[in-house]
Amino acid sequence: MSTEMNQAVQGRLIGRNQIEDLVLVPLYALVAALFLGALVMIATGVDLSTIGQSFIALVRGSVGSLNALSETLTAAAPLVLAGLGLALGFRAGLFNIGAEGQVIMGGLAAVVAGVAMADMPAVIALPAAIIAGALAGAFYAGIAGWLRAATGAHEVISTIMLNLISYRLLDYLLRTPLIQKEGRADPISKSIPEAAELPRLLTFIDPNLRLHAGVFLMLAMVVVAYWLLFRSKMGFEFRASGENAIAARFAGINAGLTIVLAMAVAGALAGLAGANQVLGVLGRATPGFSAGIGFDAIAVALLGRSHPVGVLFAGVLFGALEAGGRQMQVDAGVSIDLIGIIQALIIVFIAAPLLVKAIFPWGFRRTRSKEEEV
Amino acid sequence: MTVLLDKARQRQTRVTGVALIALGVLIAVFFAPDATGSATFRLSRPTDVWPVPNLVVPGGPFIYVVSALLAFLGARQFLSGAAKWSALSLGIGLAIAVAAFLVWATAGKSFSLTGMLQASIVRAVPIALGGLAGVLSERVAVVNIGIEGMLLAGAFTGALVGSLAGGVAGLAAAVAVGGVFGFVLAALVVTYRMDQIIAGVFINLFVLGLTSYISSQVFQEYRALNNAPVFRTIEVPFLSDIPVIGPVFFNQNIFVYGAFILAGLATYYLFHTRHGLRARAVGEHPRAADTLGINVYRTRYINVTVAGMVAGFGGAWFTLGSVGRFDEGMTGGRGYIGLAAMIFGRWHPVGALLAALVFGFADSLQQKLALLRTPIPSEFLAMAPYVATIVVVAGVVGRARAPAADGKPYVKE
Amino acid sequence: MQVELKNITKRFGSVVANKGVNLTIRPGEVLGLLGENGAGKSTLMNVLCGLYSPTEGEIVVDGTPVRFDGPGDAIRAGIGMVHQHFMLIPVFTVAENVVLGVEPVGRFDHLDLEKARAQVRRLSEEYGLAVDADALVETLPVGVQQRVEIIKVLFREADVLILDEPTAVLTPQEVDEFFQIVRSLCDAGKAIVFITHKLNEILEISDRISVIRRGEIVGSGDPKKLTRPDLAEMMVGHPVDFNVERAPFDPGEVILDVSDLTVLHDDGAVAVDHLSLQIRSGEVVGIAGVQGNGQSALIETLAGLRPPAGGKVLFEGADITTASPRARHRMGIAHIPEDRQAAGLIGSFTVAENMVLDSYYSARFSNRGSIDWGRVNAAATTATQDYDVRTPSIHATAGHLSGGNQQKLIVARELSRDTRLVIAGQPTRGLDVGSIAYIHARLMAARDEGDGILIVSSELDEILSVSDRILVMFKGRIVAEYEPNKAPVDKGTIGLAMAGAAP
Repeated sequence: MSTEMNQAVQGRLIGRNQIEDLVLVPLYALVAALFLGALVMIATGVDLSTIGQSFIALVRGSVGSLNALSETLTAAAPLVLAGLGLALGFRAGLFNIGAEGQVIMGGLAAVVAGVAMADMPAVIALPAAIIAGALAGAFYAGIAGWLRAATGAHEVISTIMLNLISYRLLDYLLRTPLIQKEGRADPISKSIPEAAELPRLLTFIDPNLRLHAGVFLMLAMVVVAYWLLFRSKMGFEFRASGENAIAARFAGINAGLTIVLAMAVAGALAGLAGANQVLGVLGRATPGFSAGIGFDAIAVALLGRSHPVGVLFAGVLFGALEAGGRQMQVDAGVSIDLIGIIQALIIVFIAAPLLVKAIFPWGFRRTRSKEEEV
Repeated sequence: MTVLLDKARQRQTRVTGVALIALGVLIAVFFAPDATGSATFRLSRPTDVWPVPNLVVPGGPFIYVVSALLAFLGARQFLSGAAKWSALSLGIGLAIAVAAFLVWATAGKSFSLTGMLQASIVRAVPIALGGLAGVLSERVAVVNIGIEGMLLAGAFTGALVGSLAGGVAGLAAAVAVGGVFGFVLAALVVTYRMDQIIAGVFINLFVLGLTSYISSQVFQEYRALNNAPVFRTIEVPFLSDIPVIGPVFFNQNIFVYGAFILAGLATYYLFHTRHGLRARAVGEHPRAADTLGINVYRTRYINVTVAGMVAGFGGAWFTLGSVGRFDEGMTGGRGYIGLAAMIFGRWHPVGALLAALVFGFADSLQQKLALLRTPIPSEFLAMAPYVATIVVVAGVVGRARAPAADGKPYVKE
Repeated sequence: MQVELKNITKRFGSVVANKGVNLTIRPGEVLGLLGENGAGKSTLMNVLCGLYSPTEGEIVVDGTPVRFDGPGDAIRAGIGMVHQHFMLIPVFTVAENVVLGVEPVGRFDHLDLEKARAQVRRLSEEYGLAVDADALVETLPVGVQQRVEIIKVLFREADVLILDEPTAVLTPQEVDEFFQIVRSLCDAGKAIVFITHKLNEILEISDRISVIRRGEIVGSGDPKKLTRPDLAEMMVGHPVDFNVERAPFDPGEVILDVSDLTVLHDDGAVAVDHLSLQIRSGEVVGIAGVQGNGQSALIETLAGLRPPAGGKVLFEGADITTASPRARHRMGIAHIPEDRQAAGLIGSFTVAENMVLDSYYSARFSNRGSIDWGRVNAAATTATQDYDVRTPSIHATAGHLSGGNQQKLIVARELSRDTRLVIAGQPTRGLDVGSIAYIHARLMAARDEGDGILIVSSELDEILSVSDRILVMFKGRIVAEYEPNKAPVDKGTIGLAMAGAAP
């Protein structure tokens, strides 16, 4: 992985001035992306009042009510979990595009474990289902890690292929007797028993509020990821290998093992995201249940500068975009696919701060080339 | 870095050996007992100018021979000096394993081999053009993960403009839009020094978002905008009458001919012209090229833009060369498989084309096998091209040499 | 063609690389430009060959001020440069490399390689350079690659040739041959700028000498009137003592015993060929040799980074042939890598993080799974003071330090542990005189405490000044051994051995 990318994902391109880097660039990126999103709407014949309406819906659907906040956090949890995994991978110099497949495998494993534990008490069934999800994700990502370590196969290509394989695998497994819902011919899994469900938190206020205990899982994992990355020996090895693989090897760090471990940890977190979805939101697995979480999480990890706290904020922002986007589709009739465009634009502006600075010169310190002219 | 590669290669050779032996055992255990009767492969239709007889292969014996050969090739990997032959052995091993598989699936039945080969070529086209786009940009050291998005953009534009103004205009627009995204990639990585992989991922996500948005926002309502004419096949006189080869190579549409012609042109450009020499110099050692007065940035811009145009052309295949309408995400990872083809083809246009044919074969194989009603679930058959890609990338990387500066931004002081 | 540099100043941000430099380059004359590593010689010449544009000042060719917007302009003006790190494309042939940028072409932009080959042959004969036009550059020895670089410049009809540290990769005999080539170019009326930090060479080849220090010309003169100490003092800014202080040679027991070691390159070619050597306690063994004769593979193998294909390595009696790098670290083997930027440290990590790069896992710095950053910072603070690593803070990133301080950081990391054997690859390459002296002194201190030291260097002067025993490596074998303590060693003899001639 090039140092450029590491600089980009860790926000070292601008360097010392943290405020520029952590606040201004993401803020401007968001503004620019929303603006370009509006341009796309204009280009496709959406009239100005509808555009205004859709932006209002975007805000209302994300933070406008208790239900909106609940939806935002519900959508944020899997994005943060998978995003943390990708962030760890980026730090270790691995560009894991396979979170989507890892989410699928994690979700499936959580279904299988949850269904198997139907008769167990919740204190056993729920953790078992969650851990099964993490392990399945870790294993699936570990394949790509092992391929990289053993043969040098680049993880970008192998994880994309593993994503494509996982879709087919999901289609197949959902029709097997172990997983398929009894009496159904279409690919759909058995329902998660109550014991293995992530309990809803706000039903005492309104039974329709979907916020569930996965939000605690999310916060716990932010802390764990922070400790892992900056306090643990393993995290030091990840970061050293990611920054300079040769120097890390010369210092006695086992390069192959580090790659496999980093991929496995990343996959475990993505697997948790999948488990979180089936156990907390969906109640079962269906084709396409991953809903692009793994891809959105790439943007989350980049936007969060591969820092666990940054990923948390970025994930909540993307959760808000998603919750608001649904409202937008309902209120203004604008396709939610627009959110995908906005997310892609956020990535490009975050990863190329030079571009953001060129568009929005305000608030940045004067660059070095100008000092030179003085 | 070299140290890492060295160890990886040793392990790679051993992994290849184990895989080959396992494949041999697998074939002997699972395929041989089922393969009763002979497999009949039809080579021509009765209406052809020169019909040729069918190819009949006895099932059981053929499969045992193949599994013995595989075991031998696998064992060979553990002897000294095997590293050199490892890639070749893997290639041969996979080829005969596929042959055994085909015989097993067809045993007791008959099946049109020519038809499958024809479909292989057709399905190889987007992969070949994606791979060619990869070659053109990686030869100037720009890693192009964005090919998938450029293909998708080409497919979309082809459908939209094709519906409005006809096939030729659609094709031209697809090429132009591909070029625009190539230019955007070049601008991001060359001028804004964005990480090449992130820039490529951005292009993919952006194009996916944009085309899905327009397709659900606009095409749903105005279906006439997504109903483009399809380019018909053009028979090459005389050549198309040759048995097997004729229908496979000389009775295809302009995308197939285009892919072959472009591969030839790219080879001439890269290896026999002044500008090709300069482009390769920029990919190998941009600083050296710079000291000789070659404009590194401009060379990268031009080549990556042309690569985008090639990918746009390949993208148009999905709509104008195939079904005439655009569906969300219809490229289905072909761009990434194209990159694998580029690696497999050792960064050479003709190599990428040949590799794409292998992938096209895997793709059409899984389609035809689904028709033969094998006991293998169709989902697993559909995985075949993806698994093949992983095997290729794992088996070939480290042996083939990428342009030395590949993926590295060049910063002029 | 006469070229004048007038009042050239080049700044990078706030760093001044060159300040008010005036130089005149005349045809038929060798101008020697002497300066330490980092003194600004290469920057100045990159300005002259169009790679950098000067912040102030002008370049005047035959009385006309010129402006170079890129190397292409300088080439057209007749100025060519042979860079210290060759600007050749390894996978291209000699002919392709030579014509790159000024290719002969036919119709359809077709590359006329036949013509290119003929032109290369003609130039090669004209100046007696003996180069095969069809050989792939990566297969050629460095000495020949250098001649390809010269042909490249001549092919562009340059009248001014800038040679940046051209002798760094050559044996003493090759240097002699190279000087003849330089002389013949001079006789043909070319103007030569010869850049070096080696005093003997500049005295031998130059017609005029200019000395550059911290970006400024600090003195000029006639080589016939100047002496080595004069030049050294001008170059460094104070009188220089070339001697390295050390205790009398008194070796102890054998620490490292390598027998019959064979190591392969990545492509399967033999890098180290049945090599045996021993290093004793309190002994500095220097390995001399032209780059690319297996020294790097030898070091990597001894550090555990490359598996040997045959042979045995014993460390204090224990077999470590297949031990991992970390196991070797723990046993007391220190390794100073050849390439400090790429392999020695992590530029984006802090000084403190780099200080524990190979010991973060030890009980000293961590318990259970986590690292105790308090203890790391305390140790890093002590080590930076002990080893004179000049950094604004231990939390500054290592990439921002000067080359000398980076190397001191690596030496501090490796030697502040309890060591028995130090393996050092090119430990002073590219450093200034002060840092070189400091690092040599540290290595000598380790020797005097009883460590065995193995130094690999392509600088013969360095090997001669620090070694108790000198081994010459050629094509993966030890072809000669000298003991300076017993009998004085002649540079010429070592040079012959480096070139493969039997002693």
